[in-house]
Amino acid sequence: MNKVTRWLLKSFLPPFGVFCTFIALWYAVRAVLPDNRKILLAAPHQIFTEALSDEKVRSDILSATWTTLEAALIGLGVAIVIGLTMAVLMSQAKWIERSFYPWAIFLQTVPILALVPLIGMWFGFELFARVVVCAIIAMFPMIINPLNGFLSADRGLHDLFTLAGTSKATRMAKLLGPSALPDIFVGLQTAAGLAVVGATVGDFFFGRGPRGLGLLINFYRSRVQTAELFATILATCLLGLVIFWFFGALGRRVVGKWSPAWGAPR
Amino acid sequence: MTVTATSGVGGVTKRPLVAFKGVGRTFGEVEALAPCDLAVDRGEFVSIVGPSGCGKSTLLRLASNLDQPTAGGIEFATDSIGYVFQDATLMPWRNVRRNVGLLAELSGMSKARTREAVDEALATVGLSDFDDHLPRQLSGGMKMRASLARSLVLKPEVFLFDEPFGALDEITRGRLNLVLQDLFLAERFAGLFVTHSVEEAVFLSTHVVVMSARPGRIVAEYDIPFDFPRSLDLRYTAEFAELAGAVAKSLEEAS
Repeated sequence: MNKVTRWLLKSFLPPFGVFCTFIALWYAVRAVLPDNRKILLAAPHQIFTEALSDEKVRSDILSATWTTLEAALIGLGVAIVIGLTMAVLMSQAKWIERSFYPWAIFLQTVPILALVPLIGMWFGFELFARVVVCAIIAMFPMIINPLNGFLSADRGLHDLFTLAGTSKATRMAKLLGPSALPDIFVGLQTAAGLAVVGATVGDFFFGRGPRGLGLLINFYRSRVQTAELFATILATCLLGLVIFWFFGALGRRVVGKWSPAWGAPR
Repeated sequence: MTVTATSGVGGVTKRPLVAFKGVGRTFGEVEALAPCDLAVDRGEFVSIVGPSGCGKSTLLRLASNLDQPTAGGIEFATDSIGYVFQDATLMPWRNVRRNVGLLAELSGMSKARTREAVDEALATVGLSDFDDHLPRQLSGGMKMRASLARSLVLKPEVFLFDEPFGALDEITRGRLNLVLQDLFLAERFAGLFVTHSVEEAVFLSTHVVVMSARPGRIVAEYDIPFDFPRSLDLRYTAEFAELAGAVAKSLEEAS
């Protein structure tokens, strides 16, 4: 059996089987729905034949995807800068870590929906407000993962740096930073996924402003255009997947040579 | 008790490179190291054997200035100290060359000189052909060689070893003992070597110090009179066995 066949059998076939079962169930449920209810559940093929075949729908989804991606990426950038800065500070002194750790947890536990009305009131309903939502939701993994990475630097190496009398900046650049890279990429990947969620959810609940995927979903929902709705949901999933995959590939490229967590053989 | 320079190779200086004067270390209520005297000079290789928890590592941390004594004082006649740890502690993201060059890099040595010194150190430990390998591609023994080379680059006057070969198999350990002996004879540094192995201690050293546990205290000292260079076969001679037996007996009494 050659490599491709084995990959098909072991890695592709099982999830593909689940996918086919899911689609079959979808058709089955639709088949037993009374005719006047079928409008609530478009058939999978209708996503293509009714929604994506329409040029207006296509361009609406594309521009909404772009709007959402823009908010997500800017928000992610803000979360990276603030999160990494916090992690660096917290790794430098125990008292700084203790002072901010509970608030980092708070960032993660606060239901973002609870904040959305407030953010809307303060910052309006444009791009800036969406960026704030994304930054808040993506911040936690960009603090906690890098911090764990910084703190897990090898003790023996720390001793070597102490013996050499190196400055804190050198220790950060040559020891803590590289040690934390695998964790930083885990944080990046998680944060990127969350930023897309944040952009979509924020959009949905702001209810106005530039039309991203969240607003588009709401629009199709209000008009019971389920085929178009599913197409938009599909686009949202794909966007999340692509961004997750991108940071995964980046991580494998940068640290995959030596970090077992990123594919280096043990 | 003081270990004095009598049978070391090389010249005898007036002031030992490192001298412990009544040095003790307590952590809170626990006395890790009872006040002790110990001196190591250039051309001396002192091994410390003792049961687990006898404060051997504490002693090395004190000798390297990583830790401060709570009693007595340590006099240093040098600030050029190399430290080889129990684990190789290499940076997994750096290849062998850049790992070995780390201390030179941190000390601000020029790129050209670092390159030269790294080449020399790699040749000494027999890793020249592996300079572009990552640590994960090396065996345990090779990692330890790289770790040794890293400290070697700065040509330290005092060399501290914290059970560096403890995790290696017998054959690798024997080989690395020879590498270390060659280094010692070539560089004439002052060596302080912590180990669990009586055989290794007697084979490598000019002096062996036996410590007891809780609190760590020096209970016996031995001069090792065998001439350098020593071959591994020395370990199977009657004289060696007798001396090693005596050390082992002290160690047993100390445990």
